[in-house]
Amino acid sequence: MKHKGELASPVAVTNRINKKKGERTKRDFRGGEAVALGSIIPITLVIVWEIFSRIGVFPAYQLPAPSAIVETIREMAQDGSLWNHIGITTFRVLVGFVLGTIAAVILGSFVGFYKKAEQLFDPMIQAFRSIPSLAWVPLFILWMGIGEPSKITMIAVGVFFPVYLNIVSGITGVDRKLIEVGKMYGLNTFQLIKRVILPAALPSFLVGLRSGLGLGWMFVVAAELMGASKGLGYLLVLGQNTLSPETIIASIILFAIIGKLSDWILKLVEKRALSWQDSFVPR
Amino acid sequence: MSLELRNVSRLFDGKQAVNNISFFAEHGEIIGLLGTSGCGKSTLLRAISGLDSDYDGDIAINGNTEKEIQDTTGFIFQEPRLFPWLTVLDNVTFGLKGDKKGKIVRAKEYLKNVGLEESGELYPRQLSGGMAQRVAIARALVTSPEILLLDEPFSALDAFTKMQLQDLLLDIWKAYKSTIVLVTHDIDEATYLCDRIIILRGQPGELHKEIRIKDPRPRDRASKQLATYKAEILESLDLNVKTS
Repeated sequence: MKHKGELASPVAVTNRINKKKGERTKRDFRGGEAVALGSIIPITLVIVWEIFSRIGVFPAYQLPAPSAIVETIREMAQDGSLWNHIGITTFRVLVGFVLGTIAAVILGSFVGFYKKAEQLFDPMIQAFRSIPSLAWVPLFILWMGIGEPSKITMIAVGVFFPVYLNIVSGITGVDRKLIEVGKMYGLNTFQLIKRVILPAALPSFLVGLRSGLGLGWMFVVAAELMGASKGLGYLLVLGQNTLSPETIIASIILFAIIGKLSDWILKLVEKRALSWQDSFVPR
Repeated sequence: MSLELRNVSRLFDGKQAVNNISFFAEHGEIIGLLGTSGCGKSTLLRAISGLDSDYDGDIAINGNTEKEIQDTTGFIFQEPRLFPWLTVLDNVTFGLKGDKKGKIVRAKEYLKNVGLEESGELYPRQLSGGMAQRVAIARALVTSPEILLLDEPFSALDAFTKMQLQDLLLDIWKAYKSTIVLVTHDIDEATYLCDRIIILRGQPGELHKEIRIKDPRPRDRASKQLATYKAEILESLDLNVKTS
């Protein structure tokens, strides 16, 4: 059935491709319009900012001009230090995110599937959750030193909770009616989990992943502020210590870009995986 | 396949929902379970299906009284209950075993039976209520159940779709001759479809009366004969006279 294209005549195939292309350009055009509309205000603000900085309304030692910030980024890119900082920060977030997610998936599935596990683990996890995660920082540094392990643990803790909570609520929230349908077809527990419960819990899991990733980026800043010799968070400290606001703002902008980029990747995954959902009807 | 209930009762937290129900359904018979809400019709159906095994008494499917879900039983629920992450075709093949090609061929045949051969690639969100219920019918029938249980399957549909699907059910029944137990509160539906109507009354629900409808199919929905049956049913449910 998937090979329908191979059997169809070349003409039909070209026709279909053309049609698809037509749809794509149309959608791109509409997307382009949205982007254009959305960028009017930021672009205007940047221009106003540049002008005010040039004529000296904003003093350069407090708020440098956008062009100065871009220049800072360009210089860092040229001497290679930029990629170093971005690389190490992204690496920390990625490793922390993966570790936190794995822990959350294992514990969350247990708690979601087994009532006993819920009674055993959930109260404790909820209690830990009410501790502001940043409060762990001194303890982790004390335990693991100032190197990578403490930072990555920090991030993993931040990622863990949203992913865990969403997995549990996803699994416990699966419609009993759908489970009954599965049972009517004689599925055993394992098949039920694989064919009904997991797909039904997937939307919630993906929501958890996205908010977990967001928290991961938040926590990497905290971890790198506490003590690092590399990374975007280190640039923040460096900028503060060397009285160069352009470095700080450059770092903030880079955080925004990479954070948005990683979220966008997850969003693409979500869109692919959840194309069956009502809310993903293309408008 | 025959179905027999012997002294079936069901307690919910000490409260009796159905009490001492016995009846026998022959192979290929269409039985209607009719009654006002709360008299335990659905409870009874769930016990027959095996989804609920905490009943007292015996339910024998071809003589087998195990309180388990049997793969010869199909269930059509009040709602379509399609899996939203599967396409229509995948929903229909869900309960089938065997190789993929064979499953798809079979599913397509049944989709054609319910008039949806073009809609296999759609997702449930893209279907209307009537279409979704057709898919649910195809999904239940594709495994060739010898006993088909229906729990108010058409009650959420508009009158026209309902009549269409009732006829569809009869067509399919004619072709496959399953034994059907239909729970309904729609008297017209019961008189139009069933060979025998079992009326449950009271709380807990008890077997009140059995009405055999011998009229040949296809029946005329507007016929005097069916109207007489309807009057008889209304009478026995005490719905004609307002008491208390």
